[in-house]
Amino acid sequence: MNPTSLADEATRLSDNALALAHHAQELAIGVSGAVAPGVSPFIFLLAIFLMACFVGYYVVWNVTPALHSPLMAVTNAISSVIIVGAMLATGLATSGWALLFGFLAVTLASVNIFGGFLVTQRMLSMFKKKQ
Amino acid sequence: MSANLTSLAYLVAAVLFILALRGLSSPVTSREGNRFGMIGMAVAAAATLLHSGFAVSGYTLIVLGVLIGGSIGAVVAQRIQMTALPQLVAAFHSLVGMAAVFVAAAALNAPEAFGIGTVGNVHTQSLVEMSIGLAIGAITFSGSVIAFAKLQGIMKGNPIIFAGQHKLNLGLGILAAILIVSFVASGGSQVLFWMIALLAFALGFLIIIPIGGADMPVVVSMLNSYSGWAAAGIGFTIQNLALIITGSLVGASGAILSYIMCKGMNRSIINVLLGGFGTDTSAAGAVGGPAGDRTVRSGAAEDAAFIMKNASKVIIVPGYGMAVAQAQHALREMGDILKAEGVDVRYAIHPVAGRMPGHMNVLLAEASVPYDEVFELEEINNEFSTADVAYVIGANDVTNPAAKTDQSSPIYGMPILDVEKARTVLFIKRSMASGYAGVDNELFFRPNTMMLFGDAKKMTEEIVQSLGH
Repeated sequence: MNPTSLADEATRLSDNALALAHHAQELAIGVSGAVAPGVSPFIFLLAIFLMACFVGYYVVWNVTPALHSPLMAVTNAISSVIIVGAMLATGLATSGWALLFGFLAVTLASVNIFGGFLVTQRMLSMFKKKQ
Repeated sequence: MSANLTSLAYLVAAVLFILALRGLSSPVTSREGNRFGMIGMAVAAAATLLHSGFAVSGYTLIVLGVLIGGSIGAVVAQRIQMTALPQLVAAFHSLVGMAAVFVAAAALNAPEAFGIGTVGNVHTQSLVEMSIGLAIGAITFSGSVIAFAKLQGIMKGNPIIFAGQHKLNLGLGILAAILIVSFVASGGSQVLFWMIALLAFALGFLIIIPIGGADMPVVVSMLNSYSGWAAAGIGFTIQNLALIITGSLVGASGAILSYIMCKGMNRSIINVLLGGFGTDTSAAGAVGGPAGDRTVRSGAAEDAAFIMKNASKVIIVPGYGMAVAQAQHALREMGDILKAEGVDVRYAIHPVAGRMPGHMNVLLAEASVPYDEVFELEEINNEFSTADVAYVIGANDVTNPAAKTDQSSPIYGMPILDVEKARTVLFIKRSMASGYAGVDNELFFRPNTMMLFGDAKKMTEEIVQSLGH
């Protein structure tokens, strides 16, 4: 190996290293902007989960008992947002099985989304005030 | 679409879902709320479809799935009878549960799609989350199928009880925990995955069969809650904001409804889940001996019409029997005639009337009863003492005064509607048989009660006819 190619190789490596360092710095800034470094993303998801439980608790206690049936129907519809996972699995499937399971999940969740929202709409349209 | 933008879209969807639930605080804002929910779902779906790297075959299958599922859902939602709502909701819960199982299976087979490892070498934490989502989803599925079968009448509503039932469930629960640990340790074994699924299906089945028909409001609410937790579990697996937030909203909602239903029966959730309520007949007739030695005053439709026509205030108490007989339309007609005569007509709803939370309210709304004439137990219970007539149609246990006085009664402590305080109680019933709890209703023997024996709908129609003359 001649000195020139060795020098070229070294330059290339150092460029790579520099790029990596920049990348690491960006990541570090991104992370430190939001959180203490070293905290697993799971903790953030857990925090969101717990906060959402509290939001759900207070919002649902405010639902009038007369509308508890539409509440069940609409929660049914929105929990079918699981279709997001089903679509990702279907669209990015790397195996036939994943494609099949994804497709089945998309279909089942669609029944719920359309059925749930429409039946809620039907119920709510019947609730009328005294003329 | 960048990952940040997609996540933001999910956040927007989650906020719209919160607004959808918020809208249900009043019938006036509820329709707008439902629209927010639909928009939220559209936003979440659109953001996902714009994800880069989707294969054409994937797009095709997604569109196909949405078309098939969407049209089934839309047709069912348009055609379903309002009396069949409880079983429809149970069926929908089962679908969410099964979808959770399938998404977990897809994630196990294509972990790269969600960035949680490679096939056979999935991240440990993701496997824990996946197996929890899978187990809850599978329990939701089979439990909801049983609830559906009981509500639809495919399966008898009676509790199914056998020796060692609870020990069996406990044993299966422990076995499921062991399987989950080995599944996680294996790095994502397909065999163990499906073993967990099968075991959870069996558990869901076994948990629901001992619970009787009239406890279904609790069961349906509980399964509603489970479907939410299953979605949240899958949300953790695939690290998706929309799923985690929505799952916890739904989980909290179902839990609150279960709590309200249990409180409406003065029973703990454990007591409901252990099941077998209403099968112990030893308590029946405990109130003042057998029914035979007391007198019951019965009347005809004309008598009832005469009494109500001359009343100034009538409170109608509907129960599940009204739903079974489809009597809500005749009932509204009766109410209209009475109102035209200058009678103050109101409706009183017990929290556990019917087979799902809010069931009676929907049926009355379907019959065009204005919602401001319909009141909850706490709102109206004081008014029975000033009412001339309490018209009990298809309700029984929720009016039994024994709940207030008889400590040996299985329904002791249950909040009840104080119908006996009205000047006259008109009680429509097919026969003298006891209600779900297997308890005699001493109300039948009170001097101010007049029994109207017959079908709820026919009797009400006859009263409407008599009122017309």
